[in-house]
Amino acid sequence: MNGIHDLGGMDGFGKVKAPPSEPPFHNAWEGRALALNRIMGATGEWNIDVGRYWIETLPPAVYLTSSYYRKWMLRLERLCLARGLVTEDELASGHASGAGRPLKKKSATAAEVDGLLVRRSYSRPATAAARFQVGARVRTKNIHPVSHTRLPRFARGHTGTIERIQGCHVFPDATVAEGVERPEWLYTVTFEGAELWGPDADPTVRVSIEAFEPYLEAA
Amino acid sequence: MQLRVRALETVLTEKGYVDPEALDRIVEAYETRIGPHIGARVVARAWADPAFKQALLADASRAIEMLGLEQKVGDHLIAVENTSSTHNMIVCTLCSCYPWDVLGLPPAWYKSTPYRARTVKEPRAVLADFGVTLPADKTIRVWDSTAETRFIVLPMRPEGTEGWSEERLASLVTRDSMIGTGLAKPASEVGA
Repeated sequence: MNGIHDLGGMDGFGKVKAPPSEPPFHNAWEGRALALNRIMGATGEWNIDVGRYWIETLPPAVYLTSSYYRKWMLRLERLCLARGLVTEDELASGHASGAGRPLKKKSATAAEVDGLLVRRSYSRPATAAARFQVGARVRTKNIHPVSHTRLPRFARGHTGTIERIQGCHVFPDATVAEGVERPEWLYTVTFEGAELWGPDADPTVRVSIEAFEPYLEAA
Repeated sequence: MQLRVRALETVLTEKGYVDPEALDRIVEAYETRIGPHIGARVVARAWADPAFKQALLADASRAIEMLGLEQKVGDHLIAVENTSSTHNMIVCTLCSCYPWDVLGLPPAWYKSTPYRARTVKEPRAVLADFGVTLPADKTIRVWDSTAETRFIVLPMRPEGTEGWSEERLASLVTRDSMIGTGLAKPASEVGA
């Protein structure tokens, strides 16, 4: 979707404000929010792509004015409601009104948590040969899916070069739109600055995206 | 937000969906164990050991696994090397993908709208916000983390650090130097 989350190339947000140091969490609730999202995200009730989509579909004004962890919490509340794990009344009262239902995967215990803290692999065995080789010239498609996609707007309809082949990975667009795990080849595609930003672009800049094969056509 | 988070945690706990001790353990891990010191150790080893550096650039996940660190690193971590002609920067324009396994929690600015919006278009202006100025002819290579691959920058080794121990080298490696918004500290900033 052409959502507010797709920020690459936008102007008007001001300078990057980076303090010399910051605490791991600015408020205690942020740590709880992170941990709740991690635990519930590993129960198989939704996957990483669906989780991202439910942040992208927050109203734009809410997205822009919410901190990172607040967005995570709003997403988690909405997903728990949508999956029938909690009710509006329970969220309002802060207490369960009945027992839970079985989760798709049992949630992690304290002893099992360390395994959750290592990033999982989304690569899958290839079902066909890669269509593009390193060095090939490719053009990203001019597509505007209404559902989830990982092809950012700034990189649509542009010509670049395959720099790396990353193997076959779970294709997020299909996961969210069709509810199926369909692996596709993933490439690092590199663009010259002027290709993306026009003749006034900094000539020393080169930008890559990680592009799934369905986003690409031969140039 | 505090009350809202507590409400959801309580409901999920009472329904048997989460174990509060598991939540405690996750928070504790990111507060105490998983942070940029892991990445700094990897960079220092790459500076000190050419064979390791080669392995790291070929397959960072596998190379780091062979170091036998306490914290495991997930698949598809990619190390990109800064050289005299190229400077690398990492961003995620669509969300906030970040190499948590080696750098810990992303700083707030990495997740901020200005960083995500501007880095792919005007990386030198973003670097200026960090007080970093690079030669005008240097290539700025920006990696947008739009899939489940993750990137870490291998910063240039500061001059005057020949013969340093890995531990001392690691003290020069900042978090920002591994994202590409900073450089490693000069040798003069670290005592003998």
